[in-house]
Amino acid sequence: MRAFARLYEELDRTTSTNAKVAAMAAYFRSAPPGDAAWALFFLTQRKIKRLLPTRVLWELTLEMTGVPAWLLEHCYAAVGDGAELVALLVDRPAGGPAAADLPLERWMEERVLPLKDMDLAAQAEAMRRCWSELDTLQILVLNKIITGEFRVGASATLAIRALAQVAGVPPQVMAHRVMGDWRPSADLFRGLLAPEPERRLDSHPYPFFLASPLEEDPASLGERGEWMAEWKWDGIRAQLVRRGGATYVWSRGEELVTERFPEIVAGATHLPEGTVLDGELLAFRGEALPFAMLQKRIGRQKLTPSILAAAPVAFMAYDLLEEGGEDLRGRPLSERRARLEALLARAAAPALRPSPVVSGAGWADLARVREEARARNVEGLMLKRLSSPYRTGRRRGDWWKWKIAPYTIDAVLVYAHPGHGRRATLFTDYTFAVWDQGELVPVAKAYSGLSDAEIAELDAWVRRHTRERFGPTRAVEPVQVFELAFEAVASSSRHRAGVAVRFPRILRWRKDKPAAEADTLESVKALLTVRA
Amino acid sequence: MPDLVVSTPEGLFCPAGGFHVDPWGPSARAIVTHVHADHARPGSAAYLCTEASAPFLRRRLGEGPVVQGAAYGERIRLGDAVVSLHPAGHVLGSAQIRIEAAGRVWVVSGDYKRAPDPTCTPFEPVRADVFVTEATFALPIYRWPEPDVVAAEVMAWWERNRQAGAASLLFCYAMGKAQRLLAELGRLTDRPVLVHGAVAEMSELYRRQGVWLPATTRVAELPARRSYAGELVLAPLSAGGTPWVRRFGERETALASGWMRVRGTRRRKGYDRGFVLSDHADWPALVRTIEETGAERVLATHGYAEELARFLREGGREAGAITTHFEGEADA
Repeated sequence: MRAFARLYEELDRTTSTNAKVAAMAAYFRSAPPGDAAWALFFLTQRKIKRLLPTRVLWELTLEMTGVPAWLLEHCYAAVGDGAELVALLVDRPAGGPAAADLPLERWMEERVLPLKDMDLAAQAEAMRRCWSELDTLQILVLNKIITGEFRVGASATLAIRALAQVAGVPPQVMAHRVMGDWRPSADLFRGLLAPEPERRLDSHPYPFFLASPLEEDPASLGERGEWMAEWKWDGIRAQLVRRGGATYVWSRGEELVTERFPEIVAGATHLPEGTVLDGELLAFRGEALPFAMLQKRIGRQKLTPSILAAAPVAFMAYDLLEEGGEDLRGRPLSERRARLEALLARAAAPALRPSPVVSGAGWADLARVREEARARNVEGLMLKRLSSPYRTGRRRGDWWKWKIAPYTIDAVLVYAHPGHGRRATLFTDYTFAVWDQGELVPVAKAYSGLSDAEIAELDAWVRRHTRERFGPTRAVEPVQVFELAFEAVASSSRHRAGVAVRFPRILRWRKDKPAAEADTLESVKALLTVRA
Repeated sequence: MPDLVVSTPEGLFCPAGGFHVDPWGPSARAIVTHVHADHARPGSAAYLCTEASAPFLRRRLGEGPVVQGAAYGERIRLGDAVVSLHPAGHVLGSAQIRIEAAGRVWVVSGDYKRAPDPTCTPFEPVRADVFVTEATFALPIYRWPEPDVVAAEVMAWWERNRQAGAASLLFCYAMGKAQRLLAELGRLTDRPVLVHGAVAEMSELYRRQGVWLPATTRVAELPARRSYAGELVLAPLSAGGTPWVRRFGERETALASGWMRVRGTRRRKGYDRGFVLSDHADWPALVRTIEETGAERVLATHGYAEELARFLREGGREAGAITTHFEGEADA
């Protein structure tokens, strides 16, 4: 456990990609295979089911330390991380008798996973014992694992690159080997390192190929004829795997979401054995519905017939990665696309549709078509090179997302909240308001878009211009104006303003603009695009 | 009964004695708890501090203002008040200010710590009716490891960097923290430590007062284009990110500060490593100290003052917070 906690710290500490890969590779080489398997599990962003909610850890902490609940909240504002907060309150920084260091695998199998079958009192007792045996860093890591919040400062791609180095195989090969659903074990880890994996799991999807944002004029891509255009759907990227008589739907986060989409599974029974589609899960009724509709679906524990009817879903397929068990990723897109259309035509399942090709003879024509994006509930266009293979990860050059410009408004900063992680103790999360009949009404929360220097400047300003405190939150003088960008506006009964904006972020600090000239709620409502 | 110490735009003021404590505005008479920049400010006509602080304060203020040094415990009459200075254990010369007038005793703690420090006189609890305490780290998450454990961590870090052929740049306060680190490291190694000019000057003033510090070499005295691989360099925070650090080539950086207890702060500050070493009282030390003063009323200032005051009130003690100019974090 100590070595894994150290690895966590090293990854947390450095921003250098090479250093991260080197640290992970060193760990994979030196750790016992059972430990390495668990480490890989976490480093590839796999999660165990949450064993205890953070709230229970907090309650246990309050009980153990005698710290009052309000003070815990203030501590949280200074730490910005629930698992770390608990670690900083229950640890013994001044030291104490060190317990023997158990391997990560034994921690997982003997101490962590058994929590699942304990009652609350036994869990509390077990946690207390765990905490008493570990140092601050290890408690932090353990808490993150137990609350299902373990994340590390390295992407799954980097972990795979490190493991590929150790195994001496190309990263794409390793990426495919580690995909899918598996339970960590020493044997599994040894299997991953073996020159030929014994057997590919039927459920395995392929690593996703990700598009890059197009910032330049599309004419810079060359001839229009070399490119295929499609709508950029505002849904959930997914792969549909049909193998061994079963269907698996994988989200881009490599989460198996099959059960959420019964109509897709029903449609997939019409697909031949050995088929893998890449596409987008969408709320769809004759046309694409807003993302908010899809959210209704994924937020529910139980899918009742009424929900299924209210938010029907389609799989908008745009690529064919495997047909008849054959990996097609090396073939050109033009061929894959033709085969995809033929395959879907044969299947004739309404829930599985080919993502239509958007026509437009030249780039200028296409730019005009792109203007329809908002009315169609899409984010813009995708441009894909017809001759390109299906690559792995975010590789620039063959797939571009050409999004429409976002909406913008000028809004007034009214509340500031402390940030999280690296930004804890700084006021970095902001609530913005617009005018409504002489009053400022909050419309958006945003926490990205400012430079570190601007954050520091605004932080100092917030501290000096606080009007009121609500716990760690500060109400500030309504003076500072910011230009916000967002993707869409929807009406919302949960927000005081009656509208909710999607993906709000800060474009710039309008120091030149007095608060009185910020936008009005009326002008925001004029942007309402959602017909739902 | 009027308060012996009140908050004014210039800082804490004692009407009975006609003096300010650590004023940030001009004052006829300033009593300075210790010589860090946010406490010992220029602009006042006359200063009173401990004998140990006086040489530092004179250096900071230059010619002009009168600087009077007093021994710890020496009773000085100022107006209707009797004032004495008592060890605060923060840095060399740091003092709590005990003020007695009209049969009441107020103690203004200044910055203080309870952890061992070989470079200054340890904190001495003073009985008080009212205790004005610092609250820089007044949250229960701030609990310090033992300084010798931290020193061992610094040594291990230095050694690791040495083996990797890198220089170790350790940033810290030039007055107080640097000397404490030197003295702690001096117990563990004979290897010489390199220091920035600001650290060298302060260390010299420490040595002149008989504080033992291991041998140090000023970076400026070394020949240009020398390799710094494997060296440990102590430098003030202000030297970070300046051209001065470029000479060290391949290097690892670290900060020694109580703020390093929190990972987010550690990452935000952008140092490779953080060592939890503070010259302030941690949460248990604050609570214990307040208990030991026997004060019936506590006023908290600096940092998490509101939080500490509320905690004390809920424990049945009269307590409040004094707002200061300085909100947010000092690099402690």
